[in-house]
Amino acid sequence: MNEAKPFGGGVGASIARPDIREKLTGRARYIADLSRPDMLHAAIVQSPVAHARIKGYDTAAARAVPGVAAVLTGDDFPDGRMGAFIKDEHAIAKDKVRYLGEPVAVVAAESEGIARHAARLVEIDFEELPAVLTPEEALSEDSSVIHEGLEDYIKVFPAICKGNIASETEISEGDVATAWAECDVIVEDEYETASQAHLSIEPCGALAEIDEAGRVTLWSANQSVFRVQANVCESLLLPMSKLRCLTPKIGAGFGNKMEPHVQPLVVQLAIATGRPVKLILNRVEDFETVRHRHPFKIRCKTGAKKDGTLIAREVEVLLDGGAYGDDSPGVLGYSLLMARGPYRIPNARCHGKLVYTNKMRFGAFRGFGNPQVAFAGETQIDEIAEQLGIDPLELRRKNALQPGDRWFGGGEVASNGLAECAAQASRAANWGEAAKDRSDASIKHGRGVAFAAHISGLLGTGAIVRLLEDGSVVLNTGAVDIGQGSDTVLTQICASALKVPFEQIALASPDTDGSPYNWGTTASRVTYTTGRSVAAAAGKVEAAIKSHAGEILECAPHDLELREGGKVGVKGVPDKEVTFMEVSLRAHWAAGGPIVGSDTWVFNQPSVDPKRAIAKGLPFPQIGVYSFGCVIADVAVDTVTGKAEVNEAWSAMDVGRAINPASVEGQIEGGFVQGMGFALMEELVWDGPRLVNPSMMDYKAPTFRDTPYAFHSIIVEEHEPDGPFGAKGVGEIGLVPVPAAIANAIRDAVGIRPRKLPMTPERNLRSMLEAEDAA
Amino acid sequence: MSGLPVTLTVNGRERALDVPATQTLLETLRERLALTGAKRGCNQGVCGACTVMLDGKPVRGCLSLTANCDGAEITTVEGLAEGGALSGIQQAMADSNAVQCGFCTPGMLVSAFAFLREAEAPSVAEIQNALSGNLCRCSGYRKIIDAVRLAADRAARAAS
Repeated sequence: MNEAKPFGGGVGASIARPDIREKLTGRARYIADLSRPDMLHAAIVQSPVAHARIKGYDTAAARAVPGVAAVLTGDDFPDGRMGAFIKDEHAIAKDKVRYLGEPVAVVAAESEGIARHAARLVEIDFEELPAVLTPEEALSEDSSVIHEGLEDYIKVFPAICKGNIASETEISEGDVATAWAECDVIVEDEYETASQAHLSIEPCGALAEIDEAGRVTLWSANQSVFRVQANVCESLLLPMSKLRCLTPKIGAGFGNKMEPHVQPLVVQLAIATGRPVKLILNRVEDFETVRHRHPFKIRCKTGAKKDGTLIAREVEVLLDGGAYGDDSPGVLGYSLLMARGPYRIPNARCHGKLVYTNKMRFGAFRGFGNPQVAFAGETQIDEIAEQLGIDPLELRRKNALQPGDRWFGGGEVASNGLAECAAQASRAANWGEAAKDRSDASIKHGRGVAFAAHISGLLGTGAIVRLLEDGSVVLNTGAVDIGQGSDTVLTQICASALKVPFEQIALASPDTDGSPYNWGTTASRVTYTTGRSVAAAAGKVEAAIKSHAGEILECAPHDLELREGGKVGVKGVPDKEVTFMEVSLRAHWAAGGPIVGSDTWVFNQPSVDPKRAIAKGLPFPQIGVYSFGCVIADVAVDTVTGKAEVNEAWSAMDVGRAINPASVEGQIEGGFVQGMGFALMEELVWDGPRLVNPSMMDYKAPTFRDTPYAFHSIIVEEHEPDGPFGAKGVGEIGLVPVPAAIANAIRDAVGIRPRKLPMTPERNLRSMLEAEDAA
Repeated sequence: MSGLPVTLTVNGRERALDVPATQTLLETLRERLALTGAKRGCNQGVCGACTVMLDGKPVRGCLSLTANCDGAEITTVEGLAEGGALSGIQQAMADSNAVQCGFCTPGMLVSAFAFLREAEAPSVAEIQNALSGNLCRCSGYRKIIDAVRLAADRAARAAS
């Protein structure tokens, strides 16, 4: 993939990231590696009960420990509430606890050891309430209510909420009720997906420092310095101008670090003590208090004509949101918008409820509800194909959204590379031609396919491009690189836009004081939304450069062109040119002022067309542009143990334009393996209110040995007209179709039809034995 | 601070310290010697982000007590590049685009470095086995395997 080398690192080059040496030599600094003079270390006190009123605290013993600087409880925190969609969460439990493990007090001391010791001495008097542990219990008439004040909470969308229902959403097109009569085949079933842990190898943490004027600087493991600022200020009732948020290197996120974890706690401790305070969660605390992927219960029904034409789909989902809203209303709404799949289905109704329970919060996780509904929907496409005797890939192609077709709800789709993804994946995998091993050996082989679509977009972003005196460039976007490589990609976009070498562009680290607003590194959005701002801001710099150069060279700006290496010259006259340095010196010292280009925008294409669809309780009216993909999995199932393993896989993803092809492959490969973990092994398990496997020892995620080396990334480039150099996002989509592709391969191998994730050896074996008994 | 006297040779430099009996090698490196390359990912010996070499063998920094390491030679990720030149595996990780967030990278590099001293032309399965104690959540592992193969290949060509 290294053949394209425009401008020493522009668009299309697989160049290494600028911080690669730091990361290879151990010099990259993550939150746990930072320290400040006179810094305190903090530890949390966690609730031992799931649902209770707090009657009182006894912190005397903890305060008496030598080296303890402060012990704060809910009584010491302001009464502000934060939340991305519903402002329902205090910085720390106040008056009430809503899940086992919830932070109820926090201790700052001279060392982490002292803080952890003192934290164990804090006593809290609880009046226990009945715990609501499943969504079904939460919906029952006599359930205890988790948020008594729900109706009065501030919400950022027209939330339909009542009792323990945090949000209810529906989207429909056509007329499902009458469409079933047109169908020759209808499949209907229930599906269940487990909660998955993000398992970034870096646990969450934060460090806050206060100055003499009372202004706080906060570093933290995060996916958006601006969301950190908003959450801390909302929960602590601080003016946003009183808090500056910065970022160290981030040890991955996958959604886990998008919304708050311990940031408000360290800020309040810094305010209380006047000293810098650092809090790094240990792995168990991170598992028990941050957030995970939502467990979904899905009822799905799909109907088709005899020739395979899909006619109708109905989807009903029930999400366990845990104790706080967090990103959950977004996950519900987005999953419903995705639940029709990338198909022409004229009649579809998708409805769902998000309910509070007394578990830790669930939130954003790569895919944002889409992998769950894709598992159900893509399983049903296979069932229909099987019943009609049509090849499952062929049935998908026949019904796939075509260029020009709109998305479910009526959103316009500008670029659609789905057909090309299917063509390339099936060709590479020899779909339909590969010899299947049908021997009687105990290992059976099978193949499965699934399609997917996802968005890149959402909300506000910006970029500032500054030309320094010597003609080199500083780019400032406020987008946090969480490891996926956006710093590299944004710099490449700037390099190509200005035709300057990659190395001559410095990227400013995100800073709420100096960077333009960026909603966050989430929703597969940075390349597309921020990249677009980078290109636009660079365009303004280009215009200013040409204006100066026109005066220097005595010609009209439109007769000028940028030339590689930071030069601008007269079109058709090779030797008539000036350098960016000459232009910038003129701007700094003689005329016009220093050259700065800036751009901001907010994603503004409507997702729902009221003439085509009905939407109720939708959390966001404008979601993004669409990416498409196709995954084929070759799976072996051991009929003695039930264990399924992926032998080989092909993943073709339409990314618009691969700004950095090696980084795109990294996203496709990493997304596949995380999806494979979700499909086959990863499952958070609760025993009553207690999470029983909050450690890497007991929570199994794929290792080197669980992962196929025979994996084929296929990059499809269907130019996105609004994207920077045609690009759209790739961060999430690679994970979305994986569970369904593997489930369909297991069906092909051993004849069982998995409807519950993860597809563990036990579940597979039980299904195989049941099938044998039935036969 | 009261504690047990130990002498370690860390990345070629002799360090004499008094350490509490309960202090792990990871804590000593990170908190006493300011070598923050090795990471605390799980502190339970599972993730491998804290891997360092103890007398040439990869060990978990979080499961090793410093007091037991008296007289030992320790190599951390900070000690892999000699005289500013990246080691073969470091360069190969860069060339293979095998680094994303970088949090697992220090432990991964040390494990791979130790493995490559023993293995000349490792197969994919041998690499998978050797590194299976190091978790990576970003990469999907494939590019790391490519990096180890590339480093082995380059070393073999340099030797012949």
